[in-house]
Amino acid sequence: MSTKRFFIVALLVSLVLAGGVSYYASSMPDGLEKVAADKGFDAGEKEHALADSPLGDYGVKGVENDRLSGGLAGVIGVGAVLLVSGGLFWAVRRRGVRMDLRTDPDA
Amino acid sequence: MHVPDGFIDAPVSVAAGAVAVVGVAVSLRGARRELDDRTAPLAGLTAAFVFAAQMLNFPVAAGTSGHLLGGALAAILAGPYTAVLCMAVVLGLQALLFADGGLSALGVNITIMGLVTVAVGYGVFRLLLRVLPAARPAVTGAAFAAALASVPASAAAFTLIYALGGTTEVPLGSVAAAMIGVHVLIGVGEALITSLTVSSVLAVRPDLVYGARGLIKRPELRTRTVSGSGGAAGEPSGAGA
Repeated sequence: MSTKRFFIVALLVSLVLAGGVSYYASSMPDGLEKVAADKGFDAGEKEHALADSPLGDYGVKGVENDRLSGGLAGVIGVGAVLLVSGGLFWAVRRRGVRMDLRTDPDA
Repeated sequence: MHVPDGFIDAPVSVAAGAVAVVGVAVSLRGARRELDDRTAPLAGLTAAFVFAAQMLNFPVAAGTSGHLLGGALAAILAGPYTAVLCMAVVLGLQALLFADGGLSALGVNITIMGLVTVAVGYGVFRLLLRVLPAARPAVTGAAFAAALASVPASAAAFTLIYALGGTTEVPLGSVAAAMIGVHVLIGVGEALITSLTVSSVLAVRPDLVYGARGLIKRPELRTRTVSGSGGAAGEPSGAGA
């Protein structure tokens, strides 16, 4: 499989997971939320300062359909993470050296 | 395990923020050695995959769910320094765009879900590969164990930070037991997703798994067998095809 094809397949998998499969994710409290509620240390919790932001809580404000709202938020998130981290990694990469042709992985 | 605002007091949040800044700064230097023209875009994709997988909460026990943290996975696929940066970008965007994880708790979250999961996950992974045979199943198995260990380690780190700067007086022993207990269960899910992902990439492009470099031969190294007589016996069959 070529690197380009691998990239496209992995990107599609990420988009399908965030944009479609995420609708079926459990909405139960996560491990920390559950323990905090059980032990009573959620008392100090404050509302997120950006709770009403356009993508707050993984939904697009103004989109009524839950599946569409959450799916769009997921797709936007995957794109944003890819752009920001990809840009960062492109900026810090070592230029003109093929790391994979080195024999020592820790070199 | 995204910590919201108000769980941890200001001084300890600031201290955790300083730890996170140092961790990210060290990783920016270290990642140079892990990233090149070919791997940089794929490392970005690793971060995007971690973000996507984090949206998939799976049920673990009565009324509780968990999701992949991804530090161990990112470290095995892209390298430990790059993985810290992946986690910092994911956690930062989750806090800024999706109101997931408090803004004042971003340092805490990068510390426990970025630095701790990567350090413990990659540490366990390398340690196991030192004693296991250099083969594909060993890499997958080591990835499973690394991911499994990384989640309760992260929960333990949260408990430690809570002990230093928790805003509500609670018995720490029972918090530690509950946090680590439920996160062992979540760790099993983390281990399954991590080992499945690593083995999938190993199956199609083993050369793109940072943690398997030097273990699984690449096609470029095969040229020598062509010129030698009877070299076919030494052919690392199938590896890297």
